[in-house]
This record gives sequence, C-alpha cells and structure tokens, in this order.
Amino acid sequence: MSVPAIPYAPKRTAKSVVLLTLAVGFILPVALFGAILVLSPLTKPAMFEALVNQLGGNYAAWSPTAKAGAYAGAAALLGFMLLNFGAIISGTTVWWEMRVSSRMQSRIGYNRVGAGGFFQWIADAVKLLLKEDLVPAEADQLLFRAAPYFVLVGFALTFVALPFGESIIAADLNVGIFYMISVTALVVVGIMLAGWSSNSKWALFGGMRSAAQVISYEIPAGIAIMVPILMAGTLSMQGIIRAQGPWPWQWFVFTNPFAFVAFIIFFIAQLAEGNRTPFDLPEADSELVAGYLSEYSSFRFALYFLVEFGNLWVMAAVAVTLFFGGWQVPGTTLQTFQDAIGPGPLPGAAWWGLQLASLVVFVVKTLVVLNVIVWIRWTLPRIRVDQMMTLCWKYLVPFAFVSFVATLLWMIVVARYPVAATVTGGVLTAVFAVVLAVFLRQTKANITAAGDRVDLTHW
Amino acid sequence: MKTTAGKLSAWFVATLLVVVFLGYMTTQVIQPAYVPGVASTGPAGLTDVLFYVLAAVTIAGAAGVALSRNILYSAVGLLMALLGAGSLYVFLSADFVAVTQLLIYIGGVLVLILFAVMLTNRITEVNVSNTSFGSFGGALLGISVAPVLIAVVTLTPWPARAPAALAPTTALIGNGFLTKWLLPFEVASLVLLATLVGAVVIARKEIKAD
Repeated sequence: MSVPAIPYAPKRTAKSVVLLTLAVGFILPVALFGAILVLSPLTKPAMFEALVNQLGGNYAAWSPTAKAGAYAGAAALLGFMLLNFGAIISGTTVWWEMRVSSRMQSRIGYNRVGAGGFFQWIADAVKLLLKEDLVPAEADQLLFRAAPYFVLVGFALTFVALPFGESIIAADLNVGIFYMISVTALVVVGIMLAGWSSNSKWALFGGMRSAAQVISYEIPAGIAIMVPILMAGTLSMQGIIRAQGPWPWQWFVFTNPFAFVAFIIFFIAQLAEGNRTPFDLPEADSELVAGYLSEYSSFRFALYFLVEFGNLWVMAAVAVTLFFGGWQVPGTTLQTFQDAIGPGPLPGAAWWGLQLASLVVFVVKTLVVLNVIVWIRWTLPRIRVDQMMTLCWKYLVPFAFVSFVATLLWMIVVARYPVAATVTGGVLTAVFAVVLAVFLRQTKANITAAGDRVDLTHW
Repeated sequence: MKTTAGKLSAWFVATLLVVVFLGYMTTQVIQPAYVPGVASTGPAGLTDVLFYVLAAVTIAGAAGVALSRNILYSAVGLLMALLGAGSLYVFLSADFVAVTQLLIYIGGVLVLILFAVMLTNRITEVNVSNTSFGSFGGALLGISVAPVLIAVVTLTPWPARAPAALAPTTALIGNGFLTKWLLPFEVASLVLLATLVGAVVIARKEIKAD
C-alpha cells in the first residue's frame, strides 16, 4: 500500500502566533538591554549613592552593613541580569543559526514553535531540562557532575569585563582583556575534565583534541590581541575602545594594516578556541559521536550548549572591542559623553540617550560579527587534525609575530607622521567597502544562477 | 647490603640535619621579642569575609592536592588552590599579577598537567592511583619546614589594612622589567628558551628511534 502523496503547501502560521512572536521578539531585547543599560551605570558606587539620595533616602546615614548589603544586592541583580542575557542570547543565537543554516542548505528549518520557529530554543531547553540526568555507571561521578560548572563559570565570568556601551560595563578592569583570556581557560579545564570523567573513548578523544587545539590557538590569539593593546597602550576594554574613533577609518582594524592581519589571526584563533566549524574537531559528530559531551544528557548537556552558543556573543563582542571601535557613536566624541552628564548628581536624559546610542552601536556591530561566524560554520567543512596544527603553528604563529613586530615599527612611523594612520584608514576602509560591494553582488549573482531569488520575506 | 647501608646512613644524616635545623630554628623563634601584628580594627567587613572565604578555598585546594588518591582530583585541588591564591593577589591590589596567575597556571600549567595525565598509558582506568610514598622522608621534610613557616607567621608584623584601590600597574611592571630588573628578566627568558630547545630535543629523539 503506497502512502498517498501529500501536496506541498507552505506552512501557514496563525496570526495570533505571529503577533505573539513579534511581541516577544520586541519585548525580550528591549527588556534585557534596557535592564543592562539602566543597571550597569547605577550599580557603580558613586551613582548608587546619588540614586539612593534621589529616591529620598539618606545614604550617608546608612550603617556600613546596610551600605555593603544594599550595594552587594545591586551588584548581584546586575550579575543576574548579565547571566540571563548570556543564556537568552545563547538561545536566540541557536535559533538564528538554524534559520541561516536552513536557508543556506535550501531547507525549511525551524518553523513549528512560534512564527519562524522563534520559540524553538525555549522548547529545546525545556525538553532538555525534562530529560533524565544520566551519569554513566563507570564514570567518575564527582568530576562528571562538576565539569559543566567549570565551563559555565568560565563563560559567565567573561561578562564581568564585557562592555556594552560607554558606561555600560559591569567592571572596567585595568587588565580587562587579559582577564577575558584568562577566565576562558576555565572552559578548557571543564572540557578536559568532562572528557576524562566520562570514561568513554569518544569523550576522551574529544577532550584531548579540544585541549590540544585550545593550547595551540591561545598563542596566535594572544599575540594578535597584543596588537590593539600596543596601539591603545592599555589592557582595559573601555580604554582600548576609547583609543579608537567612531568612524570605520578610525578603527584599529583599518588604521594599521598589520592590525588587519592581526584581526584575521585573532578571528581564526577565536573560532578554534570556541570549537566552531571548521575547528569543531573536539565534537566531530562523524568521528567522535559528540566528543567530550557524548555521555552528557539533560541539564548538563544544556549547559554545554548554552556556553558554546553564548560564547559566540563573547567572541564577537571582544572582536568589536579590539578592532571595530566598540561602542563609539559616529558624530560624538568622548567629550560629548562628559558634557551630557549635566550638573546634577544623577546624569541627565541626554546622557542616557547617548548611552542608549552607544549600546545600539555596540550590539549592531556585535551581531554583524556574530552573523559572519554563523556563515562560516555553514560554509566551510571541518579540517583535519594535522591541518589544524599546521595552520596554527606554521602560519598563524609566525604571521602573528610579524604583525606584532611590524606594529611596533608602525607606531614609530605614526608617532613621527600622524597622517599615515589617517591615510591607511581611508585606503583600507575604501578597499573594504569595494570588497563588500563585490561580495554582495557576487552573492546575488550566485543565488540567481541557482534559479533562486533573493527573498528575505520567505520565513 | 651495601645499598641498604648507604640508604640508612643517608637517612641518618638527613634526620641529624633536621634535628640540628630544628634546634637552630627554635632558638631563632624563642630569642627575639614577639612582635604583635597590628590588630584588625572594627567588625568583620565584606572584605574580611571575602578574604577568609578565599583563604579557605586555597587551603582546601592545597589539602586536596596533598591528600587525594586520584591524580585528577589533585589537579582539581590545584586549580582551587591556584584560583584562591590568584584572588588573594587582588587583595594586595595586584590585579595584573592575579590575572597572570590565572592565565599561566590555570590556562597553561594546569591544562598541561591534565593533558599529560590523559596521555598516560593507564588511560583505561579512571581511578589513577596517586599513592603516597616515602612517608618517613615526607615527615622529615614537614618537620623541618614547619618551624620556618611558624616563625614567619609569628614573627612578621603583618599589617592589617584595607586593600587600596586598584591602580593601573601594568605599565609600571613593564617599565620595571625593561629597566631595573632587565637582567633577571632576560635570564628567565633564557631559561624558557633552554626549556623549549630541550623539549624539541626530547621530541626529536623519539622520532629517530622509530
């Protein structure tokens, strides 16, 4: 008996579902970014004191315990919001990645839960949480259970120094970028412990590959990060952004040709450290089942995926900070922000508006870089282990050293002829604009040649 | 028989040295007047609580390294001890040193230790034994080190003060390395270079043998 062919009919989404999705898709970012926008500046000690006084309290009269308690509470609230931001951006990145990949592979993709399948990440998370939390009988119970938390802590700690806007940062550490690369080391420890404690060949191979990969790529990444640090003269995330300008020709990536090389090295190394395709050897599905997370299920599995996709935001934000001018709003200078604070103890509306603008600039830039990372995953095939090592040690490390030394010489040149930076910035920006135009034209031509059409409405 | 005799005499000399050392240290500890540290004033603040928590983490981690029978657990204990020690640097307003500790010891050394453990041939077993040996020698070492540490703890006038605000120290450290402390810095880099060359030599030999 043959199955009767079902005529193809495009899925129709009920209007109420579309409206609900749009509402959530609007409210979610507004609420999240709004909370971060408001909380980050207000939890700084001086601003907190001004806020308490503004609300009718008398901060000076508070006991030290009350001061410490209230301040710790405010900081904990900010930390809670940032963690939630990490979790939600991770979920929405999964959704975005799946939509992009299905378009790239001529599939339909997520379209069941909500309009465009937008609620699929929530459904997936709920499904994972409801599953049984399996621990293999032969596994090392304690380490197996503890490993995901190392990974999660290594991820969550990066949000301490991750900037979102001019004053929107949990803590502008003096050693910000150095701190960022250090705490991510915990992720590797977690992955290795997971690989070991699972007591499974696949997991062990995955863990070892991951360790080898991360140890190797930390070196070119570290040297490439040194280039913007040299140009800015500081390790602070906000300091590096402040050393750049708002316009593309003032970004580090374009003002110095060697910083452009450094950016490419940094970007490749970040992909490798985040276990992203083409560097997803640690969890190569075709060889190792799922690598270090073969034995994981339920909540612990969800934690790994939360970190893996949340890391895309961290990667993109660090790249934007180091090379793409961060939150610098075109048309403003650092003085504009200073002037907008106003005379009162709490800054005026103009300052908040500027903060919002800087937040928007930073988020848009980060999302563009994040999208490029997603494109790369669905464009390139996985490379072999030996290719991975060759790329790192024979190409990235020497080029990173060259760009490091060349940047030192470049800075001497720029110190004598400051116009050199402006000229390079202009030329490189123009070249980049031309390349971008050619890329878009070629993409359109390719899509047309395949008999498809450029259609952004087909969701 | 000869080796046993040699061993015995070596142990005897070691014990003698420990006894002499202990006697010397005792005189050192007892003789000078006890200098009390400046007592911490006021109730336990947030900083104090944090300090004790971090110190407890460090000590618990160190105990885990020493006492665990599983080498992986020792590695995790080391991670805790290094994290705790790194965060104690923050109390000394040395944020750069703290983060460097995190990067070098956790990102580098600890990952390499874990990597080495995973590459051992006893890979099929999760419970790699980490048995203690040489308990007599260990006890001797412990006995001889303890007075030094006790003396340091009791004799130093520990200043108790709130940590200063974190000032940017990176540039100062860099200047220090490249001016006043240039020679030690370069010697250290020479040691690292020698290590690198040594590692390559060891790795090359294995390939030739195949």
